[in-house]
Amino acid sequence: MDSPRQNSIEAHGLVREFKKGPRAVDGIDLRVDPGEIYGFLGPNGAGKSTTVHMLTTLLPPTAGTATVAGYDVVEDGPKVRKAIGAALQEAALDPFLTGREHLRLQTSMHGITGDERRRRSDELLTRVGLMEAADRKVKGYSGGMKRRLDLALALVHRPRILFLDEPTTGLDVQSRTALWVEVGRLAKDEGVTVFLTTQYLEEADVLADRVGIIDHGRIVAEGTPEHLKAEIACSTVEAVPANPDERGTVATVLERFGAQTTGYGPGSVAVQLTASNGNLAEIVRALDAEGVVLSQLQIHEPTLDDVFLAKTGRHLEGAGEEEVAEPEQPAEPARV
Amino acid sequence: MTATALPQIATLGRRAVIRTARQPANVVFPLIFPMLLLAVNAGGLHSATKLPGFPTSSFLAFALAVPFVQGALLATINANVEFARDIQTGFLNRLALTPVRSLVLLFGQLGGLLTIALVQAVFYLVVGLAFGVRLESGIGGAALLLVLEALIALAFAAIGSWAALRTGSTEAVQGLFPVFFVFLFLSSMNMPRNLIQTDWFRWVATVNPVSYLIEAVRSLVIEGWNWEALGLGFAVAIGMSVIGFALAAHALWNRLERT
Repeated sequence: MDSPRQNSIEAHGLVREFKKGPRAVDGIDLRVDPGEIYGFLGPNGAGKSTTVHMLTTLLPPTAGTATVAGYDVVEDGPKVRKAIGAALQEAALDPFLTGREHLRLQTSMHGITGDERRRRSDELLTRVGLMEAADRKVKGYSGGMKRRLDLALALVHRPRILFLDEPTTGLDVQSRTALWVEVGRLAKDEGVTVFLTTQYLEEADVLADRVGIIDHGRIVAEGTPEHLKAEIACSTVEAVPANPDERGTVATVLERFGAQTTGYGPGSVAVQLTASNGNLAEIVRALDAEGVVLSQLQIHEPTLDDVFLAKTGRHLEGAGEEEVAEPEQPAEPARV
Repeated sequence: MTATALPQIATLGRRAVIRTARQPANVVFPLIFPMLLLAVNAGGLHSATKLPGFPTSSFLAFALAVPFVQGALLATINANVEFARDIQTGFLNRLALTPVRSLVLLFGQLGGLLTIALVQAVFYLVVGLAFGVRLESGIGGAALLLVLEALIALAFAAIGSWAALRTGSTEAVQGLFPVFFVFLFLSSMNMPRNLIQTDWFRWVATVNPVSYLIEAVRSLVIEGWNWEALGLGFAVAIGMSVIGFALAAHALWNRLERT
């Protein structure tokens, strides 16, 4: 019987600095409970992958401590690696091997041989829907198939903790949804603890029990998606006047109910409502009193992007593009 | 070496062989190119056998040693370019995330390459024999030749792996290998050292370790059992292997920062 700590992740003051580079991770504290799906949300370059590399023992921290599955990531690297599975940001597969050959390689590296290897390979190929393509070379796989094989490879040794680094980046909606279902099933049915990094708000919202939002190497907010949204964000009202010349009037009216915000459709005016001014009927009456005719009026529920905006002053989408100097992938040490 | 390490090395070696076998250019070129060069040299330089003191009347037999070294080099280029690609794509990280020991990764890489080099060596030997070369050292010499070939391949492979691990760049690995070929061309590949007329060339060929590798292989083909040539050849191959492996192991240690 596993003790609770054996399925948990804890980090205290985790730091990673690169030579001549930025402080990619700048003092992270986090705790992921057994069987929990923890969404690590942030823009490109925020420090997500560097954190994963440290927690999976691929990269030693510059400072701070972390335990994964009850083992210290610095002192007990081999034990951590036995307990975890990981699908890193790039689905690193050999294009000249088949899916089944990948599983043979991976099982062998974990010391699984003979009948158990064949049984486990078939079970995983079936589970990720690759049985028919199992004997085809990976270079003919689609992006979604590669990601599913990547997930199967991470699961060969029945890990208690699974790290998924941006597992759905570049996937179509169908493949993304299929992966979400499988990840959700792993946590719910098998009690696997999942540490999932993502830059997709929807992914964190749908999958994660709790979310940590990281920016510039620091966690700026943490909690359940519902709690985070309720804590700092209220609904947003977006109005589009039928006559574009009336945008100014609409803005003046709406600003009585909250602060104007950006990022909505062209020609529209949007305000984030304050808790005490959230009455849609009042807004309609006020606009009507000014004689404004609207072509569209919408109310948007708060999103994790609103949380990110409130904590960092920026929207999540596109935030990483401003930070060209900060590597998302851990920088290679300078050599030769 | 633990009980689980050997199957892991075998699996990694198997992967290297499969990957090579599925890229026809990586199979055909190392087999054909050294044979073409051998044919051109054997035809064009045949008159060299008439020089006083030339050790054999067959230039083909004299030059047959060259493909063994050349083939080992070509196999090493391909394998280490793939190794560098594993680093670039993150495949090495995938393996590093398993409980496998770091040195097993290196042994597996080298093991696959040795298998390929030995298959090539058998091919060169069969072609040579088919075209009338007589192996003076007999069947025992053929076996020793394969052992020597394995060591030569190991030496080049270890140095190539060091380059791949140190740079993590396919371009850098490809860029290194012309240097190896310069060593090959500045060796005694086409002429016994004592018959090289140009002083500087003779001196370079004498200090060039590749000369001793070629001369050891050549001695088995045209002389029989020349213990001095064999001793020097094995010493150079083992020395290069040990140094190369130490460098590669150190580079692997630096590359895999895993705890």
